[in-house]
Amino acid sequence: MNLTNLFKIAFKALSNNKMRCFLTMLGIIIGVASVITMLAIGQGSKESIRAQISEMGSNMIMIMPGADMRGGVRQSAEDMQTLKVADYEAIRSGCEHVVGVSPNVSSSGQYVNGNNNYPSSINGVTSDYLDIRRLTVEDGNAFTDRDVKSAAKVCIIGQTIVDELFPGGDNPIGKVIRFDKLPLKVIGVLKAKGYNSMGQDQDDIVLVPYTTVMKRVLAIDYIQGIMCSATSEAYTDEAIDEITTVLRSNHKLKADDDDDFRIHSQQELSNMLSSTSDMMTTLLACIAGISLLVGGIGIMNIMYVSVTERTREIGLRMSIGARGIDILSQFLIESVIISITGGIIGIIIGCTAALVVKGILNWPIAIQAYSVILSFLVCTFTGVFFGWYPAKKASNLDPIEALRYE
Amino acid sequence: MTMNDRKEIIRLDGIRRYFKVGNEEVHALRGVSFTIYGGEFVTIMGTSGSGKSTLLNLLGCLDTPTRGEYYLDGVSVRTMGKNDRARLRNRKIGFVFQNYNLLPKTTALENVELPLLYNSNVSARERVRRATEALEQVGLHDRMYHKSNQMSGGQQQRVAIARALVNDPVLILADEATGNLDTRTSYSILVLFQKLHRMGRTIIFVTHNPELSQFSSRNIVLRDGKIVSDEANTNIRSAQEVFDSLPPEDD
Repeated sequence: MNLTNLFKIAFKALSNNKMRCFLTMLGIIIGVASVITMLAIGQGSKESIRAQISEMGSNMIMIMPGADMRGGVRQSAEDMQTLKVADYEAIRSGCEHVVGVSPNVSSSGQYVNGNNNYPSSINGVTSDYLDIRRLTVEDGNAFTDRDVKSAAKVCIIGQTIVDELFPGGDNPIGKVIRFDKLPLKVIGVLKAKGYNSMGQDQDDIVLVPYTTVMKRVLAIDYIQGIMCSATSEAYTDEAIDEITTVLRSNHKLKADDDDDFRIHSQQELSNMLSSTSDMMTTLLACIAGISLLVGGIGIMNIMYVSVTERTREIGLRMSIGARGIDILSQFLIESVIISITGGIIGIIIGCTAALVVKGILNWPIAIQAYSVILSFLVCTFTGVFFGWYPAKKASNLDPIEALRYE
Repeated sequence: MTMNDRKEIIRLDGIRRYFKVGNEEVHALRGVSFTIYGGEFVTIMGTSGSGKSTLLNLLGCLDTPTRGEYYLDGVSVRTMGKNDRARLRNRKIGFVFQNYNLLPKTTALENVELPLLYNSNVSARERVRRATEALEQVGLHDRMYHKSNQMSGGQQQRVAIARALVNDPVLILADEATGNLDTRTSYSILVLFQKLHRMGRTIIFVTHNPELSQFSSRNIVLRDGKIVSDEANTNIRSAQEVFDSLPPEDD
């Protein structure tokens, strides 16, 4: 018996019971469609979180002082003075996986421009900071190395500061604003970035040379932190290792001493957030998988009923020369046709639903090629798996008994 | 022409068939032997419990004897496996059942094609050609595309006979083939069987109705698992004449 004939027979049998066949398929259709849609939604949200993190600079590394003990008393982070400008310079010259380095010293205070004032922070950095945080100067210029050397009283401000201090719409470039008593000349305005995924206003920012903050605002000789960027996200770990080595040798730490600094990377945050969304995706996929399973049981149920109902037909087929394997193949092909057709319809509906969700609700959606392939394979497997038992039962029937069956 | 010149289609040699029912052994057939030659029209008769169904299943290769030898067209069936017997049924036997056993919602043509679907040597074109031919032989060439549930009992049985003919079998096995039909239709089916007999087909007709023995060329009677009589019928009655003499349907 060749395959074409088997398919012919199976198709014929299915078309004799269109409604039942469709209802059975419906279980698979819903299962597959939900697997695809759920995974598309889950993956979409994961990707959008990724994108937001990379907007903040996914290769960013933050170095903070830490573990400074004074007479056995652990100090708070602000009081720690373990990071010096020399550390910054050492990282800058000694780490090949680090592309941008900037010290970070900050303070907060009130900004004043004429009648307008606004409380915000002041960030002492180098011009590398712009690249590290993926900031761009929209109007004017960034400060130069010379500005840093001379602790120049210049600043680059974010859009929120512009709106608060220049509500009239004046061009802030070249204007002088005051931070507490320190006059700062606005030399650049940053391009607006909006809020990040944690709800922080990324435009509420004022950048000045770090030397200006150290000398003119805080009068300190240490720095509060160092920001770097690795050559790429993938090299974050190597960069961290290099920085650790450089800092430990700079701080003359012995092999068994603890680090007196802490290093955080954006990768940690990125991993944490994507593990959360991975969990969500897994959860959604489980729910969808269960509905696929239920669909499979539906197939088994119908095939089982169908075998019982068609006992006489099976007997007849056997009496005119069908072997057990022919009967087995027929029922198996029937269930596989149901599951695969259901699967294909499910894939179409799933993709359509995902696109509709994207179009109407504006959710981030990413239809996964693997989810389409996977659910198709699962479908085929479901058809074979749940079709096997009833088909085996059919093929084991005794033709004499089957013919006599009422 | 004597019987011995003809080809031996069936030879039963001391066939016994025992069934285990609980702890008891039921002896359905207790040593049946006969030979059927090509071109014979044999009725096998017996009351219920005589073993005729068991004999039919054995003749149809659906079952194998407990003891004794069965040769179908020269091949010993007793030691054959399930699959080989399925193949044998497919190539050598045509079944006609009391309740037709047609596939529902399926056209006459497709029903007749069915045995050839299980024979991969027959191409699709050949299949349709032979099915059409078989339907022409039973006089249903104008109803090829009617579905089985749109046909009368007599027509359905004709389709079943066409299905039995389509693989060009050495033996047609009919099991109470007229049992579900009214008198007039029964005779029309008998007319068809007699026509096939004249064309040289070998037919075994299993029935409990003694009247039918008048229309066959040989009559075997079974009782309690044994043959009680095996007689040739030299004076075959024409089913056509009986059919013509029946009062026409007036309603």
